[in-house]
Amino acid sequence: MTFEVLNMSFALPEMFMLAMACIILLAVAFLGKNGANAAYGLSQLTLAVTAILIYQAMGESGLTFDGTYIKDAFSDVLKLAICMINIAVLLYSTSYLKSRDLFKGEYYVLAIFSTLGMMIMVSAAHFLTIYLGLELMSLCMYAMVAMHRDSMVSTEAAMKYFILGALASGMLLYGMSIIYGVTGSLSITTIADTIQAGGLDNTVLSFGLVFLVIGIGFKLGAVPFHMWLPDVYHGAPTAVTLFIATAPKIAAFAMAIRLLVDGLGDVHQHWQGMLIMLSVLSMILGNIVAIAQTNLKRMLAYSTISHVGFILLGILSGSQEGYAASMFYALVYALMSLGAFGMIIMMSRQGFEADNIDDYKGLSRRNPWYALMMLILMFSMAGIPPLVGFYAKLTVIKSIVDINLISVAVVAVLMSVIGAFYYLRIIKVMYFDKPIEENLLQAPADMRVMISVNALTVFALGVFPGSLLAVCATVFS
Amino acid sequence: MFTDLPLLSLLIWLPVFGGLALLINGDNPWTRPLSLVISLVTLLLSLGLYTGFDSATHQMQFVEQASWITTFNINYALGIDGFSMPLIILTAFSTVIVVVAGWEVIQDRVSQYMAAFLIMEGLMIAVFASLDAILFYVFFEAMLIPLFLVIGIWGGPNRVYATIKFFLYTLFGSVFLLLALLYLHHVSGSFSILAFHDVSLSLQEQIYLFLAFLIAFAVKVPMWPVHTWLPDAHVEAPTGGSVILAAITLKIGGYGLLRFALPITPDASMALDWLVISLSLIAVVYIGFVALAQSDLKKLIAYSSIAHMGFVTLGLFIIFRIFANDAGSSAAVLAVEGAMVQMISHGFIAAAMFLSVGVLYDRMHTREISAYGGVINTMPIFGGFAVFFAMANAGLPGTSGFVGEFMVILAAFNANFWFAFLAATTLILGAAYTLWMVKRVMFGEVANDNVAQLTDINRREFWMLTSLAIIVLTIGLWPAPLTEVMHSSVENLLNHVSQSKL
Repeated sequence: MTFEVLNMSFALPEMFMLAMACIILLAVAFLGKNGANAAYGLSQLTLAVTAILIYQAMGESGLTFDGTYIKDAFSDVLKLAICMINIAVLLYSTSYLKSRDLFKGEYYVLAIFSTLGMMIMVSAAHFLTIYLGLELMSLCMYAMVAMHRDSMVSTEAAMKYFILGALASGMLLYGMSIIYGVTGSLSITTIADTIQAGGLDNTVLSFGLVFLVIGIGFKLGAVPFHMWLPDVYHGAPTAVTLFIATAPKIAAFAMAIRLLVDGLGDVHQHWQGMLIMLSVLSMILGNIVAIAQTNLKRMLAYSTISHVGFILLGILSGSQEGYAASMFYALVYALMSLGAFGMIIMMSRQGFEADNIDDYKGLSRRNPWYALMMLILMFSMAGIPPLVGFYAKLTVIKSIVDINLISVAVVAVLMSVIGAFYYLRIIKVMYFDKPIEENLLQAPADMRVMISVNALTVFALGVFPGSLLAVCATVFS
Repeated sequence: MFTDLPLLSLLIWLPVFGGLALLINGDNPWTRPLSLVISLVTLLLSLGLYTGFDSATHQMQFVEQASWITTFNINYALGIDGFSMPLIILTAFSTVIVVVAGWEVIQDRVSQYMAAFLIMEGLMIAVFASLDAILFYVFFEAMLIPLFLVIGIWGGPNRVYATIKFFLYTLFGSVFLLLALLYLHHVSGSFSILAFHDVSLSLQEQIYLFLAFLIAFAVKVPMWPVHTWLPDAHVEAPTGGSVILAAITLKIGGYGLLRFALPITPDASMALDWLVISLSLIAVVYIGFVALAQSDLKKLIAYSSIAHMGFVTLGLFIIFRIFANDAGSSAAVLAVEGAMVQMISHGFIAAAMFLSVGVLYDRMHTREISAYGGVINTMPIFGGFAVFFAMANAGLPGTSGFVGEFMVILAAFNANFWFAFLAATTLILGAAYTLWMVKRVMFGEVANDNVAQLTDINRREFWMLTSLAIIVLTIGLWPAPLTEVMHSSVENLLNHVSQSKL
């Protein structure tokens, strides 16, 4: 029996993060009252150093840990994005937590462990690794939603999230076990090879596939597995909603690619139809129900569902270009929703949640700059050029047109018109209505800078989308 | 002198960056003069396009090319021909007028107002100058954002409804354009508009693409029955917004049909020309009657715009009937040139009409025709202008309004007598609704105290209206310089369209 020397360097960022997460945990336990501040500082440091480690090791690729862990261009880019987005998330959420008695070390510990889970998901080359990452990420998020212990709504949201999330994990696991039964392996590359070799029982394989798709649909929040999403987004403290709504979507996207494309790419024709259903339903339901919302967090939750529909469009196209388009969409979506929820956090203050659409009335008179930033974010989500959201929609729709699924493309563009309505309503409220309260907005300097950087990035990427598109394209070439 | 400069880029980005600078600076005493300077410099530069233009060729001129999104081979490709050049100058001119028109009226958030129009100017020039489909689409859509804000912020009481309706209507149209462009890329492997012209397509493909183009541009033109956003938008928009809407954005619809629908899908255009022709004739006749029934000044002019734009679409699509009748290419040239002249002329006349209404509205704060009467007694100079522009709107010979309509009607005789007959009813209907309005507003006894207290136009308004009057008269008396620059482009288009792609 020979032992292969493990190439630990491929998982160096994750190991560093794990070590730091434990250190933060200890710091919180021993430092008492100052623990939260230390945890915040250490978490940001951890994320920043991890990002640097990932960046420095970019370019190499290969398997490690006996083929259960993969490092490739895809995982590098997504992990880098996850770290950077989470740095911004922590930055946004800190003042919110402070003003609500939620500023505790646990938030940061959970956030870092959850980030670790996402990174494991992104780099998984084995069904068990995927499941491990997924559960690490999800369990932390369940706890985060419940952080506001006195709030009925938060507790209810956490319960819903936990039960439905556990159900989804169960489905996914069941699907994995069926596929293991058919192919005899849990390793994604071996499964792909076995399927390519042929001679498998396609009925059973498709049966397992259905459960995998259900699991992915749950985690992404695609209709009809979206029920948890509005309640959780609405019920969770905004800082947690911000966390849940951004990086985990990238991780879920990565999971979809690893499972469906890397593992089951050869039975593309089997999952394409399922994804078309999920995608079309998500776009229709998300956009139409969002119109009826008066709560901004709920509205953004439904808008997330519709964005998920668009992300699925690229995956279902089954082309390298489509995967790249989806990846671009997922990254852009995370950036936009980071800004939108960041805006809610910035508008909120002690004892006041700025999560009703009416709270934004007359924002352009109270603070023209924030209103402009929100305008950029909303038009970008609506997919109006020259903002980056447009190119996200453009590329996924292009990949659909290129495989001649014109009817799906027609649904997509019609739904984006319907979707434009509720984003326009936010802009209408900010620019055309009279303010309810006249006071000028006060926000800490780091928040002000962050929201400006965030929205201006959306704008700058809209004017020059070429570089990010090129990154996504090279990952899949 | 201008040959070395990237003139088109300058024309696009000078107003855009100028507008952004105004926006960042906020309201201060320099806002108005600065925006006037920016718009005037842009206008002067745009005249460079005219002087440097070679009207002997149909090739794209002032071409610029740079790589923009390499992954999809999307380029920053600019260039103009005889169709786009006059429209760019019209855009630059209208913006100057808008800046002058908003000089005193706009007191709230002046810098944002001026910035919105300057940015819009750059975007609209870019729409006319783009030779890359995605670049075109980006500017085509981006233009909606400033206009949406202009109507929504500085508009009338029902502005929110009007602006959201306007935005969603046009967005609805343009997403089909996007699909069509993506499909054409799928077939041709390029996003260059000129490459799209040469791609061969089956009739069925062409018909779908044509319908997509038609939805997108018919909403912009606007053609009956997708015109309902226009009266709402016009009524609620501030004067400057109405001017830009009427003078430029409607023209983008006509331009789109010229640039996309006709050359890319000639066979479908021929197969479905009955559709466009009937919609155009309905616009001319039915909307003419609708205009007659209006009691709101701006609504009346809005409907008259729809009727006049009917001539544009009619002129563009009767060419197939003229080909079929073997009536000679000169009649077809006449039809397309007539449509182009009508677009340019309507840009000036509608702008002038809306400005005149703006002059009255600034003083009386009402647009109801019944609130006026005998205005000419208290405002004799303004009355002279208003009557002149109304005559031009009715198509009086000697004004630019006559030239385009006459050319299209003349060409229509070669297509079908009844087309010409129905189109010619505009000479009666247009005269009826315009002159009746003038009679009710301008002439007669002074209707009430408010009218009696009116003061005549000031120097700013005088020069604004004078410049428009001179142009309307010049094009009316001597349209040759305008038709000359577009002649070879028109002939090339007709050549291209007459060859089947099947």
